[in-house]
Amino acid sequence: MGFLLRRVVLVVPTLFGVTVISFCLTYLLPGNPALVKAGPLATPEYIRETERQMGLDRPWPVQYARYIGGLLRGDLGESASTGRPVLDDFVQRLPATLELTFASLVVALAAGIPLGIVSAVHRNSPIDHIGRVIGVAGVAMPSFWTGLLLIFVFFYKLGIAPAPLGRLGAGIAPPIHITGLYVLDSLLTANRTALVSSLRQLALPAVTLGISVMAPLTRMVRATMLEILQSDYILAARAAGLPAHRIVYGDALRNALIPTVTMLGIVFGFLMAGNAVVESVFAWPGIGNYAVTALMTKDSGPIQSFVLFVAVMYVLVNLAVDLVYGLIDPRIRFG
Amino acid sequence: MKTSSDPLVSASRPPPAERGVRAPRWRRLRRDPVTLAGLCAILLIALAAALAPWVTPFDPDDTNPEIALQPPSLSHPLGTDLYGRDQLSRVVAAARIDLLVPLCATAIAFAIGASVGAVGGYVGGWADQVVMRIVDAVMAFPAFVLAMGITAALGNTVANVVTAIAVTQLPGYLRLVRAEMLRVREMEYAEAARTVGNPTWRIVFVHLLPNCLPPVIVQASLAMGFALLTMAALSFIGLGIAPPASEWGAMTAEGADQMVSGEWWLFLFPGLAIVVTVLAFNLIGDGLRDMLDPRMRGVR
Repeated sequence: MGFLLRRVVLVVPTLFGVTVISFCLTYLLPGNPALVKAGPLATPEYIRETERQMGLDRPWPVQYARYIGGLLRGDLGESASTGRPVLDDFVQRLPATLELTFASLVVALAAGIPLGIVSAVHRNSPIDHIGRVIGVAGVAMPSFWTGLLLIFVFFYKLGIAPAPLGRLGAGIAPPIHITGLYVLDSLLTANRTALVSSLRQLALPAVTLGISVMAPLTRMVRATMLEILQSDYILAARAAGLPAHRIVYGDALRNALIPTVTMLGIVFGFLMAGNAVVESVFAWPGIGNYAVTALMTKDSGPIQSFVLFVAVMYVLVNLAVDLVYGLIDPRIRFG
Repeated sequence: MKTSSDPLVSASRPPPAERGVRAPRWRRLRRDPVTLAGLCAILLIALAAALAPWVTPFDPDDTNPEIALQPPSLSHPLGTDLYGRDQLSRVVAAARIDLLVPLCATAIAFAIGASVGAVGGYVGGWADQVVMRIVDAVMAFPAFVLAMGITAALGNTVANVVTAIAVTQLPGYLRLVRAEMLRVREMEYAEAARTVGNPTWRIVFVHLLPNCLPPVIVQASLAMGFALLTMAALSFIGLGIAPPASEWGAMTAEGADQMVSGEWWLFLFPGLAIVVTVLAFNLIGDGLRDMLDPRMRGVR
């Protein structure tokens, strides 16, 4: 129990550091928010007045305390371009981002883990080489380019994929709002039209993001699997005459998947970062696309809120991963 | 183990032990065709970048509406863009910024990270603790997202992109050197250097730091590819390098607009240039890891 508690407590200083950095990016750097708010024609007196109103003349610790207070109340500031609180915009767009993130995680796991296993079991076979080439190429391809390539081939050339414009095909009504994830909602409400359309829209962006994170997963599974297949207890199982497929898919795989769990935190970070770019390629209405759109209008509220939000999510997911790891592997808990 | 001529296999296989350790590095490199290919590719790209004004067939900024949006042909091997600029010339000219930015960012992060990490690891104390807490906080951000936030806050210039990428890389080097320093400072030759009466800075930077560097050099060569991907993605979403200048990520973004009307060559080739360059950096990194860091051998 001590490990779990220690790990939870350790999150507090990390979150403190994250908010300090985010605070610096928002308030202390050149683009003084008072200047932006007061407009280009403001007199120095008016700018000072705006600074006073916004509390920017106070000492840093006071400003930081107000910033944290605002965050705790869910105040992420306002978006200059939509004129709404950033939090409202986030809540509205978050399901789209989550749906894409989960879908690409599924793609990466469904392709990466079997490839890793087969590469390890049939080491130096053609499939192992193909796996390695995919791995090397996968990390070298910028996700925006992969996305464009897929759109070009499957939409423009072959006409299989739908137009890369958002979460549903033209003229299709979204399913009744339950979770906000269209695939899940249309399943729950048995809405076949929406289900088919949302799955079709989801396919290309999910594959694009999935490819970008598949390689490290495959490498990890392959390396652990190789190590385990040479361990004593697998040798013992072989000597005892257990059938090969039971050894590989029973004992070895179960143990190989445990370290892979630790990769999920890192993979999640890559996925969240990749979201910003991939969402803008596919006009996917998530928070990443929202932040990128805000870049064009130099609307700093949504951008820095996105950065903060992703970092906090990243810290929490890593916490969850460590806790799960502690629960499934007793060596960590009592080690 | 059956022998295979596949280059990818020989890349990952450690050289024969009895010769591997003593053989000069260039000879080991010669036996490693994949790393060699990566090295040649980077040298070629760097050469093209350096000689860009002399080797490009056309002026990369020369517009000519009469030949706008032409598909690849003999006179324009990579086609022309919306303004009739020759894309081959632009892709070659872009190599300058696409190599320089990752190089500068990595060099800055390497220099600062290695020195601070070395001193922190050797001296320790509260300052070291404070630095490590800051490092923890920076590492809590996914690298690309932090780079995006920093560039957006500092403003849209090449120098700020370099700063942003350097900041995201710095903690990695710092941690690595610090950990190595904690190990080597207890070694006998460190003790010997202290006994003879060397000043601390000399012990840290002359005697110990060089012994901490091999894993950091490996990290840096792998980071070059990642830095290029980060910069390209930043300029793809409109941060950093603005359109009139040629940069592969920004060119891909421009090309994406033309894809609707079927001009595929405009997004394809700049992206391909990124893939080839990143691939080359990663191959060199993997090769260096096998060469410089024997502990990592055979991990793949």
